[in-house]
Amino acid sequence: MSVIVVLIGISLFVAIGFLVAFLWAVKSGQYNDTYTPSVRMLFDDEKKQKKDN
Amino acid sequence: MSISKPDIKDHKCFHCGEDCPDNSYNLNDKYFCCAGCKTVYELLNENNLNNYYTIMDMPGISLKGAQSKRFDFLEDEEVITNLADFRNDELTIVNFNIPQMHCSSCIWLLENLYKINPAVNSSKVNFLKKDIEVKFYHNKITLRQLVELLASIGYEPVIQLDSVEKKKTKLNKKLYYKIGIAAFCFGNIMLLSFPEYFSIDIHETFYRELFGYLNFILALPVFFYSASDYFISAFKGLKNKIINIDFPLALGITILFARSAFEILSQTGAGYFDSMTGLVFFLLIGKVFQEKTYAYLNFERSYKSYFPLAVHVKKEDKEIAIPVSKLKVGDRILIRKNEIVPADSILFKGNGSIDYSFVTGESKPVQKVLGELIYAGGRQLSGVVELEVVKEVSQSYLTQLWNNDSLLKKTESDFENFTNKVGKYFTIVVLLIAFISTAYWIQFDAGTALNVLTAVLIVACPCALALSIPFTMGNSIRIFGRNKFYLKNISVIEKLSKIKTIVFDKTGTITETGKASVKFIGPELNPFQQEIINSLVRNSTHPLSRSIYETLNTKKVYDVENLEEYSGKGISGFILGNLVEIGSLNFVNEDFKDEEEPLIYDIEEFSSQVYLSINSRILGYFNISNSYRKGFDKVTGQLNSYNLVVLSGDNENEKDNLEKYFGNGSKLLFRQTPGDKLNFIKNIQTANNKVLMFGDGLNDAGALAQSDVGIAVTENISYFSPACDAILDADSFGKISSFLNFSKISVKIIYFSFIISFLYNIIGLSFAVEGMLSPIVAAILMPLSSISVVSFATFATNFMAKRKGL
Repeated sequence: MSVIVVLIGISLFVAIGFLVAFLWAVKSGQYNDTYTPSVRMLFDDEKKQKKDN
Repeated sequence: MSISKPDIKDHKCFHCGEDCPDNSYNLNDKYFCCAGCKTVYELLNENNLNNYYTIMDMPGISLKGAQSKRFDFLEDEEVITNLADFRNDELTIVNFNIPQMHCSSCIWLLENLYKINPAVNSSKVNFLKKDIEVKFYHNKITLRQLVELLASIGYEPVIQLDSVEKKKTKLNKKLYYKIGIAAFCFGNIMLLSFPEYFSIDIHETFYRELFGYLNFILALPVFFYSASDYFISAFKGLKNKIINIDFPLALGITILFARSAFEILSQTGAGYFDSMTGLVFFLLIGKVFQEKTYAYLNFERSYKSYFPLAVHVKKEDKEIAIPVSKLKVGDRILIRKNEIVPADSILFKGNGSIDYSFVTGESKPVQKVLGELIYAGGRQLSGVVELEVVKEVSQSYLTQLWNNDSLLKKTESDFENFTNKVGKYFTIVVLLIAFISTAYWIQFDAGTALNVLTAVLIVACPCALALSIPFTMGNSIRIFGRNKFYLKNISVIEKLSKIKTIVFDKTGTITETGKASVKFIGPELNPFQQEIINSLVRNSTHPLSRSIYETLNTKKVYDVENLEEYSGKGISGFILGNLVEIGSLNFVNEDFKDEEEPLIYDIEEFSSQVYLSINSRILGYFNISNSYRKGFDKVTGQLNSYNLVVLSGDNENEKDNLEKYFGNGSKLLFRQTPGDKLNFIKNIQTANNKVLMFGDGLNDAGALAQSDVGIAVTENISYFSPACDAILDADSFGKISSFLNFSKISVKIIYFSFIISFLYNIIGLSFAVEGMLSPIVAAILMPLSSISVVSFATFATNFMAKRKGL
């Protein structure tokens, strides 16, 4: 039965990892602007295509 | 009679998409409307940035009418330090607001600044806020050069007095932290509570204890951190002897936590930590939902966003730029064409033609002669004037009006008062039920009595009640936003629903700015005549000339010789040997030429007449009248259940015209100073009459702030609008009555959601008073009530919005 203890430990560990990732994302300002990156992302693709041609 | 437009083959400017007047500006088979657009194209072409044009067709900004402003104030050390967000030996980071950006090509170009000038390290755009953050090496490029670079490609940043006052409008990060932690704890506690839900018999007390303690540990951050706002708010309320809605919430959360902690530590039960964390999580989500704000809109603008950052001061024959805040009484300032007078001052040199439309609403420029006082906020329309400052910026008439004390007393959020009232009675009733049922049970068993007491307080926690407002109002705000009506916060909706009187400003609010209907009265003008008239009027910045220019809009323009502009009278010039004179009747009529008569004078019609004479023969006149916003006639009809008032800073010219729209019952007041407007609204309010005010300019600022709901009407939401409760895009002007109706519906939806949440509370209470509230019942009931209220609120608002055509 002690395997449950290990599993719970692992699951909490993973979940804390996600929590930290979320808090870091908020802190680093990823939620400050939710629109521009969606446009910016498309520009890079276009440039690369040009280079390939 | 309208003017027929000559048929010339159309070329749209490759850069900005405007019609090209002729084919003189072309490059590589591409046509441009002006030298500016062509230069930008060349600049981009040189730097291999032609991708700009492939992202969108004709993405550029028209450079027509762009004035060469002087940016030398940007060399002032103090200005630079104030503007820069960060500075070290090498790099400077600065944020600019560029309202011109409008498409993805703009983002692309602005983020590729480093290719145009390598001294720019990087630039990052926030499109919704229309902001750009530029990192540059200040040893290689000065701030001024950077701004000039931006201006040369058509993105001149707005640098106003308030640009230097760092506004921290960052998003509420703490709320997100709280939600993140609450979600994490809620999820894990749910997981660890599963054995309990399915009544899995855990024989080994070890696991039961382990899960219990884990739950307890996970609940701690939720209780002490995520839910802290509710405790603080409830405590503050109690301090002011008010029981607000947060009080029963805080009470419920506390009892949940205390009882669960007791059960787990004494090993008598599994506790209700899942319900507690879930409750906090849902409440916080509701908070986020209602805090949806339009970060890119500014509802708090003051005169500072209108005034320039710096002004040119003449000192010992030298001209230096100093920040407006350093302006002292007695300083000689130079104001050029289209610049704004920053402080009350006396005209010292030059001819003043001041456009006060933003201060007073008066649409026609005022002529000022030497020695006359010019109020701050006016815009100089022609030539350079030298002024002597008589009052400091903060003491000016306009700024005083703005800082009027009465504007600061505005009470916030009536709706919260309502919710708090509900919360108060709710709390009293719940406490009553709790004590009665406890008193009943205590006769049999003290343990059960305590059990029932806590259960009642837990289940009565008005979670669904507290969620109904944020979700209904939050969703309504989004629906308004989709219809280009942007509200400052949710309490505006409730205020809108109580409005009795609607006050309109005239100029710029119910009439369109910069658009007038122009008709030529007289024999029809042939294309050549139109062209020579246009060639002449395009040299004038007078609003009437602009209107004629925009209406005629001919393709060809000619050079004008001997161009002369007589302030307040008219303009004249020779075009291809023809003498063209445009102005007042006395101006175009030789015999009266010397007589003083203002350019604009009014006959019975509600419009201005501008006479035209070619080669000393009067051909007729242009009749220029205000044009009302689209849908305005319908709006006044739909709003007949309200008291309608028009407060105009303008003269009575339009009175008859307005009466047609408003009917006889409405008040139409003219020549209202900003102070008059404010006092008028104050007077109506004393009769406990809720006032809605529509305005646009600085002249309405006081009235907008004083009224219960002040709405700024604007043609471009990223440009200036005075401090207000809501911003209405002019396109949606016709929907005003739908907006008002919908606000009433939203309030009704809230009442219905209240009823639903009360029903759940009654069901929960019936379990609780019997002492039957098991953790599983609580764990089902709470999310269920929350979710059903939330979905009812969302569906009902969406459904009603659709029916109302929003």
